[in-house]
Amino acid sequence: MSGETKIFAYAGKILRVDLTTGKVSTEPLSEKMAKDYVGGIGLGIRLLMDNSKPGTDPFSPDNPLIFATGPLSGTMGPTAGNGYAVVSKSPATGGVGEAKAHGFFGPDLKRAGYDAVIITGKADKLSYLWIDDDKVELRTAEQLRGKSPYETDMAIREELGDYYIRVSAIGEAGEKLCRIACIINDEFRAIGRTGMGAVMGSKNLKAVAVRGTKDVNVANLDGFKEFVKMIHERMKGPATKKYKTLGTPENVLVLNSLSALATRNFTNAQFEGAEKVSGEYLNEHYVKKIVGCATCGMRCDHIAVVPEGPYQGSTSRLEFECLWSMGPLCGVDRLDAIIEAMRIVNEYGMDGISIGVIVAFAMDCYEHGVITKEQTDGIDLRFGNAEALIALIHKIGKRDGWLGNTLAEGVARAAEIIGGDAYKYACHIKGLELPGYDLRTLKTAALGFSVSFRGACHLRNGAYSPDVKGKVNRFKIEKGRGKMIADEGNVYNIIDSLIVCKFSRGTYYDGIKDLSNYYTLATGIPITPEELTKSGERIENLARLFNIREGKGTRKYDCLPYKIENCPVPDEGPAKGAVVNEEEFQIGLDDYYSVRGWNANGVPTVEKLNELGLGDLAYIVQAANQGGA
Amino acid sequence: MVRPQDRKFVTADPEKCIGCLVCEYACSMTNEKTFNPTKSRIRALRLGPLTNLSVTCRHCEDPACVAACPREALSQEENTGIIMVDEEACNGCAWCISACQFGAMMMHPEKKVVFTCNSCKDQPDGPQCVKWCPEEALTFVTAQQLAQKSRISAVKNLFQEAKEKKAAK
Repeated sequence: MSGETKIFAYAGKILRVDLTTGKVSTEPLSEKMAKDYVGGIGLGIRLLMDNSKPGTDPFSPDNPLIFATGPLSGTMGPTAGNGYAVVSKSPATGGVGEAKAHGFFGPDLKRAGYDAVIITGKADKLSYLWIDDDKVELRTAEQLRGKSPYETDMAIREELGDYYIRVSAIGEAGEKLCRIACIINDEFRAIGRTGMGAVMGSKNLKAVAVRGTKDVNVANLDGFKEFVKMIHERMKGPATKKYKTLGTPENVLVLNSLSALATRNFTNAQFEGAEKVSGEYLNEHYVKKIVGCATCGMRCDHIAVVPEGPYQGSTSRLEFECLWSMGPLCGVDRLDAIIEAMRIVNEYGMDGISIGVIVAFAMDCYEHGVITKEQTDGIDLRFGNAEALIALIHKIGKRDGWLGNTLAEGVARAAEIIGGDAYKYACHIKGLELPGYDLRTLKTAALGFSVSFRGACHLRNGAYSPDVKGKVNRFKIEKGRGKMIADEGNVYNIIDSLIVCKFSRGTYYDGIKDLSNYYTLATGIPITPEELTKSGERIENLARLFNIREGKGTRKYDCLPYKIENCPVPDEGPAKGAVVNEEEFQIGLDDYYSVRGWNANGVPTVEKLNELGLGDLAYIVQAANQGGA
Repeated sequence: MVRPQDRKFVTADPEKCIGCLVCEYACSMTNEKTFNPTKSRIRALRLGPLTNLSVTCRHCEDPACVAACPREALSQEENTGIIMVDEEACNGCAWCISACQFGAMMMHPEKKVVFTCNSCKDQPDGPQCVKWCPEEALTFVTAQQLAQKSRISAVKNLFQEAKEKKAAK
């Protein structure tokens, strides 16, 4: 037990792997680190900050790629028991990159004995990392080049002779450094956003395979058991009903009725084909079974199978965001094609949100004559052309041709390469493509997404929720939204550090109070709801500081895409003419910064950092204030 | 003489099982006081998103594992059908593991002797995996109950089909 910290539920150990030298070492996780940064993205971002130099290129061997489990990973805790997070400097945004995935991989990493794995360097040939409890080795993966994450998973289990080995792998897109490449475990569970798969590819790392056989013990087994039982009961109730019945595709008709279903690359806010791609239609005609992740008392994975037609047999898990991005956003109203598109996106290993936004961007450029048919290699990239959608996904996944290669850079960089008016059609924030909410008619979301530290994201502070639920006037930004976003952002940081699945967030009736109770029952570390909220705030400020350190974290980076501010909603109805104006947006930013205790440039004050125990990073603030970044 | 309707075992309904592993965690928590699926007496298997099943000891009437043991370390408890392991006699040779067609006999990762489902016989409310299964896919049944269940559903389907055919006319 040398060097391991005696706290429950945590493994108490961090693994370091240098792919260049092959050197492997471990170090203890301190109790302070555990308590201050919780686990998951909190711990991951702190390790990223401490283990990287400013200005490191995301594809440099020096950029650390960090796999982190949460304190609850490996326990019976529903949803939190099965998660892991990956953190690195993002090749999409140049700031914090992070994403979480559930399934079966996370708990094995914890049982192998690690709270985090810090991977640096670059292997001399395509390789995979094999973590077998204490035994860690780098093995060749040249035979797996070009294989999908799922094929890789199966091949590695076969090679190592144990079906219960868990694998997290990249596909061809990751190998080819597509900036939207993701990492996938358990066939369709993705570390989806911010291009973590491309960082992995840049390290010549095809996969991480893990077998963990050690015990995970909680501090208060009886209390923990009762808590889990309570959550299981709640999971049978209304809090998870949506996910267990229609699933997130329920949003299609809900958002459409609100004029918030962004259509044809944020041209329209309603889709005439919505019924045909609705959750209702999907479930009636395509969903075969609803399955779930390890230890989860609910189930949400809607497995869709195409019963007939050109894509017969195509099978994929389908959630709202990806259905939207490759459906309404591209003007496509054919679910069979969307299911097939999702399947191949998983095969290449790409972010299912970004890919649709990229295709929609290309379609918008094509329809406006910004790119020509020669440049598309003859693909007729009109909105609504399902075959074109699928053809273009193949091109991007392979970086095939000028267009595939350009679009694999993401819409922000692609717009720069294409030039001309292309920037007008690039729907991203900080370099990350927008998720499925029309920000012209959901303005709390517009503000919330703009300040998200990983770029456009609905899951950094859930700012779409008050708009969709009618708790605020969604057609304007006013004072008070800042607090709403900041408060929820703090909670979401804790959720992502405990790695609780956000589909289950409704089962924590008492919010942060339930979560702090959960944490203490598992770890034995006493923590009050106030302290845990503070940790959420600490993590937010830490992430902001990382972005500032990398020159991407000040006010001018908290901005909205061109179309959101310049192209009013054309559809008839109450939303007609809706658009975010610069004045209300700037009022919103001022409000948010003042709630956060940040200056007018969006930089945390030294007092705020000291209050949060981040005083050691005050130098970043001082440099930013002097440099006028 | 123990009648077939007296012996109960845990079985999973393939229509309902989603491969979530809650049974494994419930088992290791109950029997080992820790969270560790490699110490669970029931194992879930996912061969694909649509192919999931949990498998454990079925307390066979003429258990191949007992017959295979060269050291008489295994015996079947008369009333319950539970396979008892004499941990002193077992040397971990794994003949019983080869013999079991369900993979229900397993090597304990620490004790290095075999172990299998004991139907949670010390628990007043029976097998804990059954209690915890969120999908109600697991049941603790006798072979006769299983057969009855299949018959009832077969007959129901038959009459339902007949009814539908009639209605269609």
